[in-house]
Amino acid sequence: MSTLVTTPRESTGGSGVPGHRRVYGVIAEFETPGAILKAAEQVRLAGYRWWDCCTPFPVHGLDKAMGVKNTILPWLVFGAGATGTTVAFLLQSFTNSFDFTIWAMVWVTGYPFLISGKPLLSLPAFIPVMFELTILLAATSCFGLMFLFNGLPRHSHPLLANDRFRRVTNDRFFVVIETRDPRYRPGHTEEFLRSLGPVAVEAVEEEPCPE
Amino acid sequence: MSTLPVGMGGSGIAPATIGGEIDNTGSHPGRREPLVLGMDTFGEVTRTVCRVTEAKRPPFAWYIAFGLSVSLVGLLGFCVLYLIATGVGVWGLNNPVMWAFDITNFVFWIGIGHAGTLISAILFLFRQKWRTGINRFAEAMTIFAVMCAGIFPAIHVGRVWVVYWLFPIPNQMEMWPQFRSPLLWDVFAVSTYFTVSLLFWFAGMVPDLATLRDRATTKFRQFAYGLFALGWRGSNRHWHRYERAYLLLAALSTPLVLSVHSVVSFDFATSQLPGWHTTIFPPYFVAGAIFSGFAMVVTLAVPAREMFGLKNLITLRHLDNMNKIILVTGCMVGYAYGMEFFIAWYSGALYEKFAFINRAFGQYWWAYWIMVSCNVITPQLFWFKAIRTSIPLMFILSLFVNVGMWFERYVIIVTSLANDFLPSSWDRFIPTWVDIGTMLGAFGLFFTLFLLFCRFLPMIAMAEVKAVMPQADPHFGEDHGDHDHAAKGSHA
Repeated sequence: MSTLVTTPRESTGGSGVPGHRRVYGVIAEFETPGAILKAAEQVRLAGYRWWDCCTPFPVHGLDKAMGVKNTILPWLVFGAGATGTTVAFLLQSFTNSFDFTIWAMVWVTGYPFLISGKPLLSLPAFIPVMFELTILLAATSCFGLMFLFNGLPRHSHPLLANDRFRRVTNDRFFVVIETRDPRYRPGHTEEFLRSLGPVAVEAVEEEPCPE
Repeated sequence: MSTLPVGMGGSGIAPATIGGEIDNTGSHPGRREPLVLGMDTFGEVTRTVCRVTEAKRPPFAWYIAFGLSVSLVGLLGFCVLYLIATGVGVWGLNNPVMWAFDITNFVFWIGIGHAGTLISAILFLFRQKWRTGINRFAEAMTIFAVMCAGIFPAIHVGRVWVVYWLFPIPNQMEMWPQFRSPLLWDVFAVSTYFTVSLLFWFAGMVPDLATLRDRATTKFRQFAYGLFALGWRGSNRHWHRYERAYLLLAALSTPLVLSVHSVVSFDFATSQLPGWHTTIFPPYFVAGAIFSGFAMVVTLAVPAREMFGLKNLITLRHLDNMNKIILVTGCMVGYAYGMEFFIAWYSGALYEKFAFINRAFGQYWWAYWIMVSCNVITPQLFWFKAIRTSIPLMFILSLFVNVGMWFERYVIIVTSLANDFLPSSWDRFIPTWVDIGTMLGAFGLFFTLFLLFCRFLPMIAMAEVKAVMPQADPHFGEDHGDHDHAAKGSHA
């Protein structure tokens, strides 16, 4: 069953009446990837901006239907990888080829290791570590930046407090339209979502604010 | 939608997989078996995977295996402490044979890890959808194997308390590591490999941890899984970056996995010892690593899918595919053995020639022939489909491969060291109880971690499996009239 508790953001304002929380947004539940794909297309065409689709797995074609722009993540990862290569080369050539002193948190001095008559600045021998640090920096920044851009980790979220929404990580597909969207109109947005053919439409409350 | 397990035993398993006609070797993809058997909905996949961790208690066999493994971890702890307190003299090492069980175990465990990364990264880049059923626990296996591997170089250095000298950390002696040494490349390769594998594994697991969080029935489970799920809520804007990041991690791991065992092989190949000083080592080590790793995946997958009722997700098709990879890499390993012998003769290098004849017919002949029979002859049996699809046979053969690959490293390391240039310096390596205890202990650690993983973490990548089901295609069933959603939605 779906109870519709829609309290417009403006009417309660501030801390609000106890037991009567502000509405974060409206969710519409769908059963199949095909259904959410069609719904996403409609929501985008209706001009909403603060909205999202939540799915148990990435649905093919949903990015296009939603109009999600390509992420710049790959460029940053490339930059991180290039930094790794450079840092590894500088580290190895400084520590093994020269004897000057620099400040890197503490004062450190290089040590020209002469090993079996090889050149002091022997690039081929430095390649493996340069490769490894390239991968290490690229992979860690790829991991870190992806979650950072996604606004994660996050301790709580209004959607995660909703019982119906729990099936998003199991087998259900949701369209979420937030009340902060300029096109959001109480009642009207719910009507619009219902016209897309969901199995349920429900308002999601904001989390209680700690006073 | 209750969380009750549905048909734990045979009822849910499609009979087509067991003994029936398996059509997944044909070249016509449409006639291959589906990747997920006997399940039509995403919810069934969720329930099947989650009930392993949500069951009140694990199967009885789990307790037995866990008890045994933990006892071996105790043995490992004791042997390592004894070694540190006494010195590396407690091992059977002697003057020519300064590496033996320690480095054998190190190379063995690093090799085991390679299958996990191959499945998660390389098969991902090749769009091999069958990887989704096995990638999660193969990656877990990688991480635990690299942990076991890391123990050995760390404890064999003698003065364990100054092991940080391996890293370029400023110290009071103003000394730096020697970056032209392959042993130092190894430090960087293995630590990078571990870090990247861990991130890849964890990133892949976040959506599934969110599933466990959302199904949690107790506060503790909700908190624990919630903590590691990082607040994942399946947003498609997140999925977009997530998929891109996953692709990048796969692309970065692919050269990494090929480089790790290459660098490990440099430890030997760049030395001047006959039997080690060969250019074939990097590709030969990588092929051997994938070979042994897949054997370990089969060794773990066969009992795990029985024990936890995952036969519909880890199907005979998955096992068959893995056995084919074992066959291919086994052929590569066999070729490398032959080529090593050929070059030993063809190079005209006297010492090289001796080293190889000595391997096969010298004091360690038995180790050499164990290696050849397990690694060259055993995988050839997988040419037969009946053997490739027989659960007991593939399990036994995978054990043979594990044994053979351990002996391969033993043969390379010990025979080359024991009989080098000068007969006056020759000696024989005899392992002590500490050697054997540490080796068994590492197996204990590996299985302990694996059993804990099976019990507490999602063993199968649920989100990825769902995404390769036919139902995940947005156009699934469109021809059968999928336009009644408006009517359905009216009661909402």
